[in-house]
Amino acid sequence: MAEREREATRPQGRVFHARAEVMDEAGVARALRRIAHEIIEHNSGLGDVVVIGLQTGGAPLATRLVELLGEIEGVAVPYGTIDVAFYRDDISLRRVLPEATDIPLDLTGKTVVLVDDVLYTGRTVRAALDALADHGRARAVQLAVMVDRGHRELPIRPDYVGKNLPTRRDEVVDVSLAGVALGELSEEGGAP
Amino acid sequence: MRVAGPPARDHLLSVADLGREGIDEVMRLADSFKEVSARPIPKVPALRGKTVATLFFEASTRTRLSFETAARRLSADVMSFSASTSSLEKGESLRDTIETIDAMGVDAMVVRHRSSGVPAQVTAWTSAVVLNAGDGQHEHPTQALLDCYTIREALSERGGGEPSSDLSGLRIGIVGDIRFSRVARSNVLAFSLLGAEVTLVAPRTLLPSSLEGWPAQATPELDSVLEELDVVYLLRIQTERAGQVLLPDLDEYHSRFGLTRERAARLKPDALIMHPGPMIRGVEIAPEAAELPASLVTRQVRNGVLVRSAVLFRLLAGPGRPAVPTGEDPVA
Amino acid sequence: MPELLIRGGHVLSGGAEKRADVLVSGDAVRAVAKSIDPPAGAKVLEADGAVVAPGLVDLHTHLRQPGAEVAETVETGARAAALGGFTAVVAMPNTEPAIDDASVARDVLALGEKAACQVAVAGAITLGRRGERLAPLGELAALGITLFTDDGAGVQDGSLMRQALEYASDLKVVLAQHCEDASLAAGGHMHEGAWSSRLGIAGLSRLSEEVMLGRDIALVRALGTPMHFLHLSSAGSLALVRRAKKEGLPVTAEVTPHHLFLTDAEVASYDPVYKVNPPLREEGDVEALRRGLAEGVIDAVATDHAPHPPERKERPFDEAPFGMLGLETALAVCWTALEGRLSLGELLAAFSARPARIARLDGPAGGRQGGEVAAGAPANLVVFDPSASYLVDPGRLASRSRNTPYAGRQLKGRVRHTIYEGEPVVIEGEAQR
Repeated sequence: MAEREREATRPQGRVFHARAEVMDEAGVARALRRIAHEIIEHNSGLGDVVVIGLQTGGAPLATRLVELLGEIEGVAVPYGTIDVAFYRDDISLRRVLPEATDIPLDLTGKTVVLVDDVLYTGRTVRAALDALADHGRARAVQLAVMVDRGHRELPIRPDYVGKNLPTRRDEVVDVSLAGVALGELSEEGGAP
Repeated sequence: MRVAGPPARDHLLSVADLGREGIDEVMRLADSFKEVSARPIPKVPALRGKTVATLFFEASTRTRLSFETAARRLSADVMSFSASTSSLEKGESLRDTIETIDAMGVDAMVVRHRSSGVPAQVTAWTSAVVLNAGDGQHEHPTQALLDCYTIREALSERGGGEPSSDLSGLRIGIVGDIRFSRVARSNVLAFSLLGAEVTLVAPRTLLPSSLEGWPAQATPELDSVLEELDVVYLLRIQTERAGQVLLPDLDEYHSRFGLTRERAARLKPDALIMHPGPMIRGVEIAPEAAELPASLVTRQVRNGVLVRSAVLFRLLAGPGRPAVPTGEDPVA
Repeated sequence: MPELLIRGGHVLSGGAEKRADVLVSGDAVRAVAKSIDPPAGAKVLEADGAVVAPGLVDLHTHLRQPGAEVAETVETGARAAALGGFTAVVAMPNTEPAIDDASVARDVLALGEKAACQVAVAGAITLGRRGERLAPLGELAALGITLFTDDGAGVQDGSLMRQALEYASDLKVVLAQHCEDASLAAGGHMHEGAWSSRLGIAGLSRLSEEVMLGRDIALVRALGTPMHFLHLSSAGSLALVRRAKKEGLPVTAEVTPHHLFLTDAEVASYDPVYKVNPPLREEGDVEALRRGLAEGVIDAVATDHAPHPPERKERPFDEAPFGMLGLETALAVCWTALEGRLSLGELLAAFSARPARIARLDGPAGGRQGGEVAAGAPANLVVFDPSASYLVDPGRLASRSRNTPYAGRQLKGRVRHTIYEGEPVVIEGEAQR
């Protein structure tokens, strides 16, 4: 899965070519476990915490995070997904098909941990904050990302980071539970 | 980011403009809007700053409100134009009217007209996206989309599992005034594109003069196909047709083509009965056979808003109205 | 008027073709010879690669004057005709008021005196074309009118039609029918078939044409009077005329260029420019009409040139009027459609000699149209280049209206010069007056 910022543009016929592996599967697992501990510590337990995965790249990470939180604290943390297609500020440039938004409870008074794979310009997170607001007035929203690649265009910073990864703008970061790779998009069948 | 090529204007004039994949995309978008509609604030900012004009040259409060609600759920601005408030009565040509509204800067025109083809003609006079909200005896694509969505929803609830737009294996009978029905023309296309087998049930006088190229069979005998149908789609019979040359009278129609209690009893137990409304009891359907769950009607109304949000989003959330005159490079 | 030398063309006349120069003096041809030196002061028109033939005659032109001058006038319509190579047109009587009495006819004929081609008129069969009472055919015939029709509608009442034919036979005039049974046609806007069914537009069945044509052929058989059938459009109509001619009945028939070229599939655009009556029909009908023309079952091509201003065509399809332009494109459209099916000489006969005979414009009283290109003959000529091709640009039409269905189409064959009564009214495709 290529980075969601690019995914949303659905570049027809373009594919991700990995150039370097930045984290392996064990590295991703270690980072998630560390983030889980940080969430517990930061929130003094998990009382009002709700984990929301950003479609599509954040969703599998959020699922895994909820499992880890359960293992460590022995509680079932409420979990949901959110798609921001209807909230993007660049909607007029892109053609998008939303994935499922599934938020099982009113977020009013909750502490939302928003999970995404890559933090880049910050625009997706901005859209997600708007989208979350339509599901209730959360007490606080925290942001967990596997990779922070820089190049922010909005005043947004993550609360929990798996890895800080300096990148060029023309590079693409690919994140999954199996690892993190750096590469670029190219025309299908063409050389990277 | 550079958008490749000049923005090609997609319109929704006919179900054929969507094709099977397009219909499926609309169904999946409608699922997303179903989730939105269940929220305390059933509104998203997707089309903020866009203007949707509804141009109803033929009155239909239900369809107009459905489109306008759909547009507002997407945060679009809505402009409403109806023939009675227009200057058409002062002798302005259709083209003048369209060009005037175009000059106000609208992104979409939702057009309803009693004459077939007007939405297609309108595309030549505006740079806005044109959506057909029913034109004469031609098509009513969003009605067909909401019917497909309603069937899809019913099948998914019955069978459990993910909703699927694949209707193959389904046998759908469309009964009644096919010849003059825009709903029939759109539904025949939509149902068959999704894989269903469509049978038209009507006297020859109410069939089109030619069915060449129609993906449907036809029969004048409802009784011969009744027991095989998974969906019975009853069309409204326009009462003014009766007593004309096409139809002796409404009683005879009811006895040959109406869904009487006896016929309803012979249907498959889980057959769906559908009607684009408003229904005339005692003509298309017997009063006692019409005890459909009231929810079906309200569900169709709700689904109408969902699929209309979906088509508006699909057509308008892409590249916008060209901001520069055509022929100039938008980047240079 | 200076003398005129048409140089380097192929003269096509009386079925023969020969390379020759044509010298015109006054309103007549003075000489046709292999090579003629231009006399001093003579104007020379080049014709290499082109044919020089008798001017075309249109049996079916709507000039819209009086009553709808916003769409066309005698002057603009005649200019369009000249550009199309016509040296005579028959103006249809469905004007407002209709040409159903001598005063209206005289007005139109007077306007035609100053026009770029000969303007003959057809009179109405019934008063106001209402199909109720006979118009004063005798009074109109006395003005030289030889063709009568209620075109725009057929005469529905069989008894009235029978009386009209009987009355006309005494006057030695010809009645022409727009074959359309109104009850069968009621409410239709395009050909009834697969396209009308798909597009949701009420159809005009072939039946409405064939039922009236069948009735009228029966009347001709019973009464022995001649009759001309306007703009036939269906394969079935062609079969009826073929049989009638085989029987030896005195019937003639015409077809329009658009029915030889376009089908009902054009209407899928919902552009009312394709709305015409009789409607554009199917491939099979087009093919039958082409064969009918090639075999001579159809006597003549006639344009049914029917101008409408843009605001009347920029309406919903079912509210727009019937009719399309035809004069300026007629010969090229037919040549594009029929090259290889019949010779240019045969096509020109259907455009000139035969329609002139049907409208009686071939005699001394009628302007001696459609004759030969020979010394002493009137100088009504067309110079047509069958290998040139051109793109139809509605902006360049001489007609007051723009409702041509050929806009943006490439046509083969081009009228270069038209000479009317010895005067070059069109030179190199440009109208001279």
